[in-house]
Amino acid sequence: MARTAKTRKTPAKSQQQGGPSDNSDFALHSLQEAFEKAKTYDASEDEMMEFYRQMLLIRRFEERAGQLYGLGLIGGFCHLYIGQEAVAIGLQSALDNDKDSVITGYRDHGHMLAYGIDPKVIMAELTGRQAGISKGKGGSMHMFSTEHKFYGGHGIVGAQVALGGGLALAHKYNEDGGLCLAYFGDGAANQGQVYETFNMASLWKLPIVFVIENNQYAMGTSTVRSSAETEFYRRGTAFRIPGMDVNGMDVLEVRAAAEVAFKHVREGNGPVLMELNTYRYRGHSMSDPAKYRTREEVQDVREHKDPIEGLKKVLVDKGKSEDDLKAIDKEIRKIVSEAADFSENSPEPEASELYTDVLVEEY
Amino acid sequence: MAIELKMPALSPTMEEGTIARWLVKEGDTVSSGDILAEIETDKATMEFEAIDEGTVGKILVPEGTENVKVGTVIAVLAGEGEDVSEAAAAQATTSGEAEQQPEPAASSGEQEKSDDQKAAITPGKPKSEPKSDPAIPDGTNMASVTVREALRDAMAEEMRRDERVFVMGEEVAEYQGAYKVTQGLLEEFGPKRVIDTPITEYGFAGIGTGAAMGGLRPIVEFMTFNFAMQAIDHIVNSAAKTNYMSGGQMRCPVVFRGPNGAASRVGAQHSQNYGPWYASVPGLIVIAPYDSSDAKGLLKAAIRSEDPVVFLENELVYGRTFELPELDDHVLPIGKARIMREGTDVTIVSYSIGVGFALQAAEKLAEEGIEAEVIDLRTLRPLDKQTILESLAKTNRLVVAEEGWPTCSIASEVIAICMEEGFDHLDAPVLRVCNEDVPLPYAANLEKMALIDAPRIVEAVKKVCYV
Repeated sequence: MARTAKTRKTPAKSQQQGGPSDNSDFALHSLQEAFEKAKTYDASEDEMMEFYRQMLLIRRFEERAGQLYGLGLIGGFCHLYIGQEAVAIGLQSALDNDKDSVITGYRDHGHMLAYGIDPKVIMAELTGRQAGISKGKGGSMHMFSTEHKFYGGHGIVGAQVALGGGLALAHKYNEDGGLCLAYFGDGAANQGQVYETFNMASLWKLPIVFVIENNQYAMGTSTVRSSAETEFYRRGTAFRIPGMDVNGMDVLEVRAAAEVAFKHVREGNGPVLMELNTYRYRGHSMSDPAKYRTREEVQDVREHKDPIEGLKKVLVDKGKSEDDLKAIDKEIRKIVSEAADFSENSPEPEASELYTDVLVEEY
Repeated sequence: MAIELKMPALSPTMEEGTIARWLVKEGDTVSSGDILAEIETDKATMEFEAIDEGTVGKILVPEGTENVKVGTVIAVLAGEGEDVSEAAAAQATTSGEAEQQPEPAASSGEQEKSDDQKAAITPGKPKSEPKSDPAIPDGTNMASVTVREALRDAMAEEMRRDERVFVMGEEVAEYQGAYKVTQGLLEEFGPKRVIDTPITEYGFAGIGTGAAMGGLRPIVEFMTFNFAMQAIDHIVNSAAKTNYMSGGQMRCPVVFRGPNGAASRVGAQHSQNYGPWYASVPGLIVIAPYDSSDAKGLLKAAIRSEDPVVFLENELVYGRTFELPELDDHVLPIGKARIMREGTDVTIVSYSIGVGFALQAAEKLAEEGIEAEVIDLRTLRPLDKQTILESLAKTNRLVVAEEGWPTCSIASEVIAICMEEGFDHLDAPVLRVCNEDVPLPYAANLEKMALIDAPRIVEAVKKVCYV
């Protein structure tokens, strides 16, 4: 069977029909078309309130984590998710939590909160306490919840992509109907193993959704300085993986895109690559002086594209009162305060934990 | 309640910094995320953001102030509905104590290393004695089987036993294995469980590791371990550390296997022993068998283990035939060395292909009246110290024979153990017989010179026996 994938160059991101192929069995741009037709998820008011609540929880949690870091209670590396909240909430709200798995890199606090994992055990992990979700042995970058099918929390840039391929292989092998959502950043998108995984995932039609959270900077290097192709959703093209270009600052748009992508994957068509355009307000990690961008740039995003403010506006337009929203804010602040207190007051791991969990069995 | 804004730390090691600039003034209303000030150290400048909403009540440390200690209150924020002046006043009564604030909490652990912590800093003694090989019932038929077949049979038996077990790697299925170790598996188990991968070691090692995290029992074959260097990140960073980093939540029962060490005339890039590399990593099990019985029994144990295993085979040994007990389920204990030959005068410790040379050397030595005990380590991590030390206590002399480089080798480790825990039993320095410390040459004569052999072991044994 000859598949002739015709290639046409398309300079502009908006010209979606200019994908590498017109071939009908080559779904490289059909997903984007489906998504463009209904770009906003038709959320019920309750759902919207829940999105708002969850995004706000991430925002306030991360602000508090930043504060605790400043006070020396959190050590090492600490990568905050502030600004990117709509990505994790929009995508993970569309998962089937009984079946699907999630894996991500080291900027992982938001993805865990999106699962409804107790903020106390996450914050206690950040402060390195026994009550932390990894007993204080993992830290900010290495947190897991197999109960929620959340497989980390990985500190090596790009490693989670291949590992996610393995989780997807397990879904397919077990015929459990689940898919794997594998997040990585625009920086990780330049790692070789990402493309090794794209190749096998497409070849074996693995049920995996690759999500590039393009927050525009790989540490201090902007995408234009590091990437020959900055339209990251196109990067699966060589492996016949359809790409989707999504505004990651709008939770309803993210959710709408997730519906399209997940359906495609669940139907056995193999992987989808989603580029979620987003922005991190804070530095790469807490020790980042952020000299590579202007304050005006950050301020502009905060003022005009903030995912939480954006949804708040929709809710107010729908008749929610400021008081209703304030009440949520108050509730969230309380949850975060309690998490912070818990994380400060919990004991450090017992000395006897030093040598536990190295191996599972005794030999 | 007024909120005190304290001098933040830009990094865990920062103790003080400069307030370069205030971007707000007293009376300004701020919301969370607004930038309040720029903080500088000799290494970096960072923006200091508001966490809470409120009105700036009082700026206590003016801009341009240097050497402001982390934790010092630098400003006060009045919360919603609060009087700014009250907030400032309330602060004035507390600022005195704030100035003397101790170091950030993180450093407090340092000096508090209490006695119980010191006690725990020694690795836990094994809770149970290492298990011994199960006794072979009388009358068991001994079959002559090659190492290659033994490995294949181990995989096939475990695949029959457990649906979750599958094999992946380059040429493992249709080609029947680059070294024919997976011969016949595709036919019996089909392409779902015997998976040909592209040439993409980093990628498929990651996929295999992820599949193990997801609950399967992958056997990842590397065509040789030389190519696994591209994948070592997943073996070490992803597979070995996950159980620990997750506080025991997330397991990774994967087996990485394939030929290791020098083959024949394939040059430096295809001829390396990775035993010492992997054996240095906590969280991994490392097995390097010599004969068919151990290859089969230990590979079966490796596949059943809940821990990630690196299983090092040897291409030159694949075709050798050894006796193997015909048992329904021949499984051997991981972490237990095997005494291949008993002796009283000297101990030769080895593993993998080196065991063959050690046995040859022992035969030669016996002709000269020296009875050597030969120990096959079989498992390189965890290392069976007990068997080594017991033999040393008996013979008082020890030589390590290793087909690999001498520096930072398994031999180095065994010597350290003898020094630390067997010093009183030593009648002579422990010697190591290793490959020459060079990349393996291609030329036949140079290759022969570079690799260990029986005569070199004989020579070393004579040295430690002072004959």
